[in-house]
Amino acid sequence: MADPMRIRATLEGGKVIVKVLMAHEMETGYRKDANGNLIPAHYIQEVNATCNGKTVLSAQWGPSVSKNPFLAFRFSGANKGDKVVISWKDNKGESRTDEAVIA
Amino acid sequence: MNVSRRIFLKASGGVGAALLLAGWPRGVLADEAWNAKAFAGKSLDDVVKALGGAAAQPSADIALTAPDIAENGAVVPVEIESKLPNTRSISILVEKNPNALSADFSIPAGTDPYISTRVKMAETSNLYALVQTDGGFFYAKKEVKVTLGGCGG
Repeated sequence: MADPMRIRATLEGGKVIVKVLMAHEMETGYRKDANGNLIPAHYIQEVNATCNGKTVLSAQWGPSVSKNPFLAFRFSGANKGDKVVISWKDNKGESRTDEAVIA
Repeated sequence: MNVSRRIFLKASGGVGAALLLAGWPRGVLADEAWNAKAFAGKSLDDVVKALGGAAAQPSADIALTAPDIAENGAVVPVEIESKLPNTRSISILVEKNPNALSADFSIPAGTDPYISTRVKMAETSNLYALVQTDGGFFYAKKEVKVTLGGCGG
């Protein structure tokens, strides 16, 4: 199981600013290990963010997103105390869902 | 020639079929949501076509912020903000990476057409911010010099 995401959601000027740090190798499949063998690709392919049951961002990623991905975005229509739920799924079918309360 | 095979190739797109034959992990193909064809594209044109467009036009209404020189190609911060009306998606492309498309974000109504993230760059290259609106595809580009590549072994 991957480590939890670090999510910060703050309400500023009527908009929710969300910053996420995910823990993932984001292995490209092009690198080789010490013995010269290719390391298989392992990367997040899908990211979804919802708030109050409504999707506020969805994304598809390739292996060229940096290791331990950082993501920031903004949306409107939510209040302090609401929850932002973020989930990702990688190319091996592993997934992780975390949430944060809007402050 | 085997007719049904032709039809299959046409329906799935050459790239998808090639990946299937090469033993692409099953989970990827089963999951139709992930656009394997777009992520296999080698150029801006390839990706625009895979996303269902014809061609992308340059636009001054897309703000693409990235460093002029990235010391470490493994972590290049990219910030994109679109001022085009009805922006539906924002994509990040790196021209000289093995596959151009890095990330594709769908922007629902109520979410700002703004994204900040970090990508890997194999070498000095153009970075593209591709924006899809109701009126088609638009892009902004910026060259980022990379002193240490992010994809090497």
